[in-house]
Amino acid sequence: MTDVGIGTRATAAAIAAPRGYGTLRRLLRHRSFLIGFTIIALLAILAVLAPLITPIDPSAMRVRLRFRPPQAAFWFGTDQFGRDVFTRVLYGARISLFVGFAVCVVSGLCSAVLGVIAAQLRRLDSAIMRLMDALMSFPAILLALGIAAALGPRVSSVIIALTVAYIPAGVRIVRAAALTVREMDFVQAAQVSGASSLRIVLRHILPNCLSPLLVHLTFIFAYAMLAEAALSFLGVGIQPPIASWGNIIAEGRDYATQAWWVMLFPGIAISLAALSLNLLGDALGDMLDPRLKGGE
Amino acid sequence: MAAPLLSIRNLTVQFRVDTGWVTAIDDVSLDVGAGDCVGVVGESGSGKSVTALSVLQLHDRVSTRMPSGSILYQDDDLLRAKGSTMRRIRGSEIAMIFQDPMSSLNPVLTIADQISETLRQHQGLTGAAARRRVVELLGLVRIPDAARRADDYPHRLSGGMRQRVMIAMAIACKPRLLIADEPTTALDVTIQAQILELLRDLRRELGMSVMLISHDLGVIAEFAQRVVVMYAGRVVEAAPVTQLFRRPVHPYTMGLIAAVPALDSEAPRLTTIAGRIPGPQEIIPGCRFSPRCALVQPSCLDEPPSMQTVGDGQSARCPPRIQVLGVRHG
Amino acid sequence: MPVILIISILAFLLLSLLPGDPAMIIAGEQASPAAIEQVRRQLGLDRSFLEQLGIWLFNLARGNFGSSLILNQSVLSAVGERLPVTLSLAALSIGFTIPVGVFLGSLAAYYRRTWIDSAVMTVALLGVSIPAFWIAILGVILFSVQLGWVPSSGFAPISQGLGGWFASMALPALTLSLFQIGFLARMTRSAMLDVLSQDYIRTARAKGLSEWRTVGKHALRNALILIITATGILLSAAIGGSVIIEQVFALPGIGRMVVQAIMARDYPLVQGTMLILGFTFVMINLIVDILYTLADPRVRHD
Ligand SMILES: Nc1ncnc2c1ncn2[C@@H]1O[C@H](COP(=O)(O)OP(=O)(O)OP(=O)(O)O)[C@@H](O)[C@H]1O
Ligand code: SF4
Ligand SMILES: [Mg+2]
Repeated sequence: MTDVGIGTRATAAAIAAPRGYGTLRRLLRHRSFLIGFTIIALLAILAVLAPLITPIDPSAMRVRLRFRPPQAAFWFGTDQFGRDVFTRVLYGARISLFVGFAVCVVSGLCSAVLGVIAAQLRRLDSAIMRLMDALMSFPAILLALGIAAALGPRVSSVIIALTVAYIPAGVRIVRAAALTVREMDFVQAAQVSGASSLRIVLRHILPNCLSPLLVHLTFIFAYAMLAEAALSFLGVGIQPPIASWGNIIAEGRDYATQAWWVMLFPGIAISLAALSLNLLGDALGDMLDPRLKGGE
Repeated sequence: MAAPLLSIRNLTVQFRVDTGWVTAIDDVSLDVGAGDCVGVVGESGSGKSVTALSVLQLHDRVSTRMPSGSILYQDDDLLRAKGSTMRRIRGSEIAMIFQDPMSSLNPVLTIADQISETLRQHQGLTGAAARRRVVELLGLVRIPDAARRADDYPHRLSGGMRQRVMIAMAIACKPRLLIADEPTTALDVTIQAQILELLRDLRRELGMSVMLISHDLGVIAEFAQRVVVMYAGRVVEAAPVTQLFRRPVHPYTMGLIAAVPALDSEAPRLTTIAGRIPGPQEIIPGCRFSPRCALVQPSCLDEPPSMQTVGDGQSARCPPRIQVLGVRHG
Repeated sequence: MPVILIISILAFLLLSLLPGDPAMIIAGEQASPAAIEQVRRQLGLDRSFLEQLGIWLFNLARGNFGSSLILNQSVLSAVGERLPVTLSLAALSIGFTIPVGVFLGSLAAYYRRTWIDSAVMTVALLGVSIPAFWIAILGVILFSVQLGWVPSSGFAPISQGLGGWFASMALPALTLSLFQIGFLARMTRSAMLDVLSQDYIRTARAKGLSEWRTVGKHALRNALILIITATGILLSAAIGGSVIIEQVFALPGIGRMVVQAIMARDYPLVQGTMLILGFTFVMINLIVDILYTLADPRVRHD
């Protein structure tokens, strides 16, 4: 090796590699990301394909077949009405993942809009933030409980309730990020060069708030699923006969000593789903680093 | 020269990074004699701090390894010393002050708290006795109104004052060796001079050896008797100060000397060395200075040059120059 | 305090979320028109919206949080009666959470990237992922039904003996702690990682201090400042979680009362209780802020 420059050039090339590509590649090498992503993707596929995977109707009662322990015909056993627990857990996944995802998307959108408005418009800032403080004064689960109870036991009320409960944290994150970005050189430069404020928000501020928001929303997904299960368990969430992980556990609870499988499997399912999302959130947090990096 | 107080022999330090292990310093040797003052000089990133931290074994244990070398202090090899031995030496036999006085003091503990902690650890001094000694030490480093200042938290003090506190803490147990890692870099020019003055006086009063680290050869020239020049993780030249200025051997040393502003001139540095220092990850065959060296020869790229003695306590890592000088003198 | 006012208005608005006629919902589907009319007058629903709001705020200012429809009790006394249960539960679980969570998080940070770190963080991850009510039921089956170590439900007041109280509270508090321990351990780990990389930690080691002192005093004091900010969230999680845990263990606390009130459509009770809890959290956050100021000399002085 006589070419003095080789090492130097290789390093320079590594630094100059496009950031998006590097991030993706690092994510794919990240163990937590791979595990989390695989589990949640698998659960999602199972949920979507539920009717194809199991031919049984989740609410079909066959009283003669009640309380069958797990076996080849009923992988997760049957419950007090002879319903197939495996089928119900699969259908429960549809509800849980749907609620989690919906809360994630809706609260994400609201947080982004409110957060950017609070950061950009001085006059609305304190009004918005005081409202968020007030909402945050209620424990999230309690706030959701109250709202869900008032709106009535429906999937949509659960989504609305949890969305409201989780918006404040999101708004704070977006606002903080937006305020930081706003002070950065490239945004100031854009301002000086006369770019319109809408353009600055859309092109510079919003994109730079997305990484911390994305990390946050991944955790919100997990929290929302856990909260939905808790609400349904308490009887103010998803109502039977629609299967949700929470209400399967609630129903199985009374027979837990004789038919442990009824409540065991949905619990494992929730735990797995929440675990995978938390892993995913940790990995994203690692990679995207919510403490903003300087703009390019 | 009698057996030195501290003797670093062929030290190599590696850090774990994303892609594996990188060698931050390689084959570093230097001696500090009793009562001596040795200066270590080099650009930012040359491995001065890594060397200094190795002496007190202050590197992060999980992500650092030292595959070769030894650090002899009295009868101990500090690289292989037990934790308890190391703790006995730290702060009492060998003390250290750091580059950034703003972050080197614990923000939630008072000055008195932090100084007396050292006294308790090594001298068993507590209560009123410790308190008296703290105030005495603060006076020694010329902090005005020492008794009142003792109860302040670090954030109430200016950078210069904090560095004085760091010095007070370091000399609390009358160490035999003080390692000062760029003690003035973060400070204003006038404060810099005061701190160096203070260090000089304390050294004389306490008779300690000092290892002074700086990227400013001018500072070293005023303070030290011997100089060790580091570049990209290696010692490239070592010599008595006068000898180094009279006849620098290594081209890098020549560049550093040229960059020292003349004492009587207000003008900034006249020359700087073109190019930048390579990081530990960069692979450079042969002499690591070669990409920036004006005197580079084809043979320089063949293998890493070794340290060779030139005479008069001077040695350097540059065979072409030594040959030239040798021919001329021989 | 504008937040208090906003909370009061939010709690007031809760009732207006009810789709349709609140009086009819509260009185029940089969109630006679006269009964509905009576509920309407009793709740002041026959007045205009602004009048209702005004009355609501006026009552609040006098410390009147409304009355329960089913308990024949004011909200304040209903909440007060059940406070010891919820407080016992929350206090015990927080008392358990803080030392364990801080210890585990510090341990993981100190031994970062070793198997100890992985093990602790896996446990913490499970803590924040497993639903508390599910683990609670499993706990009851194991410790009460199978092993018979603790009663499976019910509350023994502390006034009737510490042992009985602790036995009745241990399992609920423990299950309630799992999420919080996971949360606190994760939070402590990242705070500690940050602190352990600071220069003053190196200074502490350079002084010859033991690792125990370096981490336990120099690092932990600094990390605690960051951790204090999390205690509000912890308390919030403890109170929120107790709603569910009280249900599992049939503990007569505030959470169980709220759920029962919701089932019985006792909306004034729900409304009033939410409001009291909201106020409580405003106070808690205030105290946390003060603690934060006390813990950090940099904030304390300026
Ligand atoms: N813990 C570490 N992990 C990885 N690399 C490190 C670590 N500590 C130091 N290095 C690298 O080792 C090289 C030498 O660093 P060192 O801090 O010793 O330089 P220095 O001569 O003290 O410079 P400065 O004047 O900036 O203090 C640098 O390239 C640095 O990036
Ligand atoms: S060995 Fe060669 S390249 Fe290195 S400093 Fe000497 S002359 Fe320059
Ligand atoms: Mg340094």
